[in-house]
Amino acid sequence: MPLVENGQVVQDRYVYVGEDERIPDRAPVIVPAKRFLDNADALIGRDGSLGVAWPNDRRVAELAPWLGHLALVALQFPKFRDGRAYSQARLLRETYGFGGTLRATGDVLRDQFQFLVRAGFNSFEVKKPADAGVFAEAVRRYSVFYQASADGSVPAQRRRLHRTAAGDP
Amino acid sequence: MYVYDAFDRKLVTERVNDFRDQVARRLSGELTEEEFKPLRLMNGVYLQLHAYMLRIAIPYGTLSSLQLRQLARVARKYDRGYGHFTTRQNIQFHWIKLAELPDAMAELASVGMHGMQTSGNNVRNITTDQWAGVAPDEIEDPRIWAELIRQHVTLHPEFSFMPRKFKIAVGASHHDRAALRIHDLALRLHRNAAGETGFEVMVGGGLGRTPYLALTIKPFLPTRDVLSYVEAVLRTYNQFGRRDNIWKARIKILVHDLGAEAFADEVDTEWQSIKDGALALDQAVVTEIAGRFRYPAYEKLDDSPKGLAQTRNDDRRLDAWVKNCVTNHKVPGYAIVTLSLKPQGGTPGDATAAQMDEIADLADRYSFGEIRVGHEQNLVLPHIAQRDLPVLWRALDAIDLALPNVNSITDIISCPGLDYCSLANARSIPIAQEITRRFRDLDMQRELGRLHINISGCINACGHHHVGHIGILGVEKNGEEFYQITLGGKADENATLGTLIGPAVPFAQVADVVEDIAAAYLALRQRPDELFIDTVKRTGVEPFRERVYAAR
Amino acid sequence: MTSPLDQKKIKITGPVVVTANRVGDGAVVYRSPDGGWTTELDRAVIATDASIARTLVAAASGDDLNAVGPYVAPVKLLPGGGVWPGNLRELIRHGGPTIELPAVLGA
Repeated sequence: MPLVENGQVVQDRYVYVGEDERIPDRAPVIVPAKRFLDNADALIGRDGSLGVAWPNDRRVAELAPWLGHLALVALQFPKFRDGRAYSQARLLRETYGFGGTLRATGDVLRDQFQFLVRAGFNSFEVKKPADAGVFAEAVRRYSVFYQASADGSVPAQRRRLHRTAAGDP
Repeated sequence: MYVYDAFDRKLVTERVNDFRDQVARRLSGELTEEEFKPLRLMNGVYLQLHAYMLRIAIPYGTLSSLQLRQLARVARKYDRGYGHFTTRQNIQFHWIKLAELPDAMAELASVGMHGMQTSGNNVRNITTDQWAGVAPDEIEDPRIWAELIRQHVTLHPEFSFMPRKFKIAVGASHHDRAALRIHDLALRLHRNAAGETGFEVMVGGGLGRTPYLALTIKPFLPTRDVLSYVEAVLRTYNQFGRRDNIWKARIKILVHDLGAEAFADEVDTEWQSIKDGALALDQAVVTEIAGRFRYPAYEKLDDSPKGLAQTRNDDRRLDAWVKNCVTNHKVPGYAIVTLSLKPQGGTPGDATAAQMDEIADLADRYSFGEIRVGHEQNLVLPHIAQRDLPVLWRALDAIDLALPNVNSITDIISCPGLDYCSLANARSIPIAQEITRRFRDLDMQRELGRLHINISGCINACGHHHVGHIGILGVEKNGEEFYQITLGGKADENATLGTLIGPAVPFAQVADVVEDIAAAYLALRQRPDELFIDTVKRTGVEPFRERVYAAR
Repeated sequence: MTSPLDQKKIKITGPVVVTANRVGDGAVVYRSPDGGWTTELDRAVIATDASIARTLVAAASGDDLNAVGPYVAPVKLLPGGGVWPGNLRELIRHGGPTIELPAVLGA
């Protein structure tokens, strides 16, 4: 499954570590939520970037206290129609101020790329290789947005007010 | 009505291009149906029994004559020459080809129309009542708020994959003409004791398999807070609404499982953290949107212009039409005219392309180019000078759009049913047609007075049968069509769900049953002006049940 | 009628065809003996036992490019030869709405 960051396919530096697997020394790792919560202090104290894979049916508020120590949070789309992780992403970015890598995993398809970016994701485990190749184009499909969002796109309303202030019709 | 600016137009165009690409990838096989289906639904494209169906949004039921003509054009070019107006103020075309859809959508986009979010698990068309902006009893035009919210929820990155659909209605009068309490979220504009304008917020309404009426979770929300509060409601729903069972996935289930108070607390906690952020509405934003609503340059006219009374006196049919189809306007000298799309023997809510063109012309001549669509599936010309009523009537009468049966027993609300819809268990349109034939006599219709019949062909309740004075629900028994009858439903500010009166009756007997119910009403009412619905409330359904099932 | 698209187990009580909607225009189509699709019910392949019907549906489900939502629909075999839809839903899919449409195209 290709990983897309900064608009292109990249190598994944992170290693997924299961509930009972040995955690490699110093490598950036992504651990499941339960393992993290059971061993938070040890994992945070460890040398190496730390990521947590958070399920989509659990409040991100539980993770909030540790966000400052996390380099990455991976959220889940079991099916692309299950949009709970969009809310989780926005809460992480906008309510809890998470500044690290926010990764979309699971059923991640081309037609959701722009929504994902606007919700605050900046790392994508893309389901289909063909979709990974068109990521850069897919996220430029729309240039007009009605909503302010985590990616900083300027909503239409703000552009209108600037236009009015500038005296344009 | 709202005039699109360059941003609105650009978004709709980008949407068409996006969909064109998706259709191409579907036709080439790059997208499977499973991947394509949610994408086409987000553009209002259903696959029905015979063909694709395209549902076009008519935001808060307001259309320009230009738009209506374009709908006629699309009906002719891409469909079979007609369209169907729905119970959510949208229009549907039932015979569209997938490959032609992008072109049809491009033609609609050129007049600011689209099918965005008329289907799918997102926020659907935001409805209000068809007299918004002209009704004497509203405190201000609810459509401005509907438009603000519409923009906010359109292609919203967080709320495009919710557990299920989400329907919002906005009202601005005490008398509820928008069926607020059957919506997932309803907002009623009103003034508090201090004279400030705000919203009563109601959530958790919805019909279908488990019908519920919405509960008030916030009696007064300042208008400044409406976007952030809606956001908090949607975010709560998106996170905690059920996704395991399609029949339990609407917000009404969440609200009733948690209880209104616990639900309101959950929303409030979220709301507190966002209410003073980017979504707080400042007056500049509201003014800017309101500024793009164009209102007619009304003349200064007198009510009851000279000659109108005499003309009415001279022409019984004109008089009957005025009494039935014309209502008071907030501006002196003007009137609101309803066009019944419920001809005898016809399909409720259908209009031919020719009729659409004719109505557009009449709108240009007499209604400042504006038309409204009601959830009762009739059309409205909202800005008619009273002095123009006779000439308008003659024009409507000549094209059979002046039937004075508005709110009568033949003004039936009906879903398309098994003749069109792949979800249906039974047909609804032939039931409606037969009822209109039995009650074709206008004197009888007047005698029966206001009487709303709602027909749904399946439990999804698109005909809103639960809130009909007489509700008719099609079911299937051993391969045959049967119909459950309910009485006493209401969709207004005293919203009530109807009561089942007995076992389902077969297709061939439904019109007979309705005749029996009408006869029972005439026998039971205390006075000629006791409305059907009030008689039912007073007597309960038992006397009606007896009469209907005595010989069955 | 209750949507047959929810069929999980296929039960056959008589002759059946496999039917679906054509991708391009949504038209009603029937699986034909050559593994394609036809709009003519007379040209549809007819199955009389469940396992054959299941095989047909499985094959049809893999043909997502041409037709969607295949399912098993009952038919009646007419005495003089010929095939007729076996229930009201299929009658309507085959013959169109049972009501007159509001306008003649082009009017």
